[in-house]
Amino acid sequence: MDGPLLADLATDLDGTFERLVLGHQDRMYSIALRLLGDPRDAEEVAQDALVRAYRALASYDAARIRDLRLRPWLATIAINLCRNRARRRTPVLVPLEPPAGSQSGDRSRAAPAASIADPAAGPLESVIRHDSARRWAGLVASLPPLYRTPIVLRHVDGLSYDEMSTVLGRPEGTLKAQVHRGLALLRDAYQNSPDLDRQEMTA
Amino acid sequence: MTRSNSVALADVEAALASLAVRAPSTLAPATLVAVGLRDEYTTMDSPIGPVFVAWNGRGVSAVDAAGDPAEFEQRFQRAAGRPIRPAGAIAPRLDRALARRLSGDRRAALELDLRGRTEFERAVLSKALEIPRGEVRPYSWVAAEIGRPLAVRAVGTALAHNPVPLVVPCHRVVRSDGLLGQYSLGGPGNKRAILAAEGLDADELEELARAGIRYVGSDTTRIYCLPSCHNARRISDRHRVPLRSVAASEASGYRACRECRPDAAARAA
Repeated sequence: MDGPLLADLATDLDGTFERLVLGHQDRMYSIALRLLGDPRDAEEVAQDALVRAYRALASYDAARIRDLRLRPWLATIAINLCRNRARRRTPVLVPLEPPAGSQSGDRSRAAPAASIADPAAGPLESVIRHDSARRWAGLVASLPPLYRTPIVLRHVDGLSYDEMSTVLGRPEGTLKAQVHRGLALLRDAYQNSPDLDRQEMTA
Repeated sequence: MTRSNSVALADVEAALASLAVRAPSTLAPATLVAVGLRDEYTTMDSPIGPVFVAWNGRGVSAVDAAGDPAEFEQRFQRAAGRPIRPAGAIAPRLDRALARRLSGDRRAALELDLRGRTEFERAVLSKALEIPRGEVRPYSWVAAEIGRPLAVRAVGTALAHNPVPLVVPCHRVVRSDGLLGQYSLGGPGNKRAILAAEGLDADELEELARAGIRYVGSDTTRIYCLPSCHNARRISDRHRVPLRSVAASEASGYRACRECRPDAAARAA
């Protein structure tokens, strides 16, 4: 569906790039916001990702641009920047131990000190909010990165498993299992939270 | 209300879908400025009053003494072919670099957006950048220094089209006969005012030129300079020797200053 946009980017990058920005800025921002949790960080990362995309496109020849899969390609840029930023974060926010089940290949450390995978830590006190979306956002932010990234790509950004496989370099079957596990963790965390507004969800 | 089984995975999926949000309205404009597809501007003080300064992520793109913002925006858009808008605030790093450059620090890290300039124009502009504050060089000197000694008129044209006057000091390039010559930022009067603010007495320079004096030598060092060279200004009146030409200077046993290179045009011719 990005075919015409890619064709125009290939022939006139400067005249077309604004269309790419307008068409993809919401997803870039949403991905970054849900991975990082902070709106200012998310805006910086989204802008940086789009600028990097522009520079990459400026260095590609026309055939390479036309062959791009724009949605997963842009998501990859955003995710790598989120990962770098999470790595630079203040130590306070980095869990001392990697969350259970985390793979060494996924070194993203954006999880707040308390994570869902560690029920003993009482993960949810910090995310009790009256606003349901805020609560869910907080729960997503405290998912272990191994699950958080596939969950955000699949259910916030709406990528297919095929596209996600390109982005994360994991087999589709693995990603399906990780998304399923992530959903279950989120549901359990939501149900175990001393919530004030769960009825909204279940009404 | 019971807690068991009250939330289905489908409910979680629906909640996650609602976490996709709109980007802040500042994201797209800031991105387009960063890649150089849009510009922002503000005004800055200068020796000729406030001037408009435009920039994008590639660097400073315009300096203009337009009468009002509307006139400036229109002129910029026509020249650059890009939209421009007033900046909320100038980035502190850019502000500092501009201030340093305008106060004469040629090494201030200030990027310039010179897209649309030919290679020749860029060579002229970067040569103009080498001229120290408070000094001037002839058009023929610039032409010779960039290896195009016959392109004196084209040097003048390139400087007249300098998109970033003051930042690239085209006001420090003057006619070979010692007169100040034209200036793109509001005319020759401004050129004189800017040079005066840099400590150069243009009247004195023109007086010398009218008397046929093109160079100044020192009878102790036997070195000769362009009159505005900082080395020439250090020569005391007692030892200052007015000189009329490169040939005459060298015939009297003077050698050219290695910093202002007064013989550049003569050698290249």
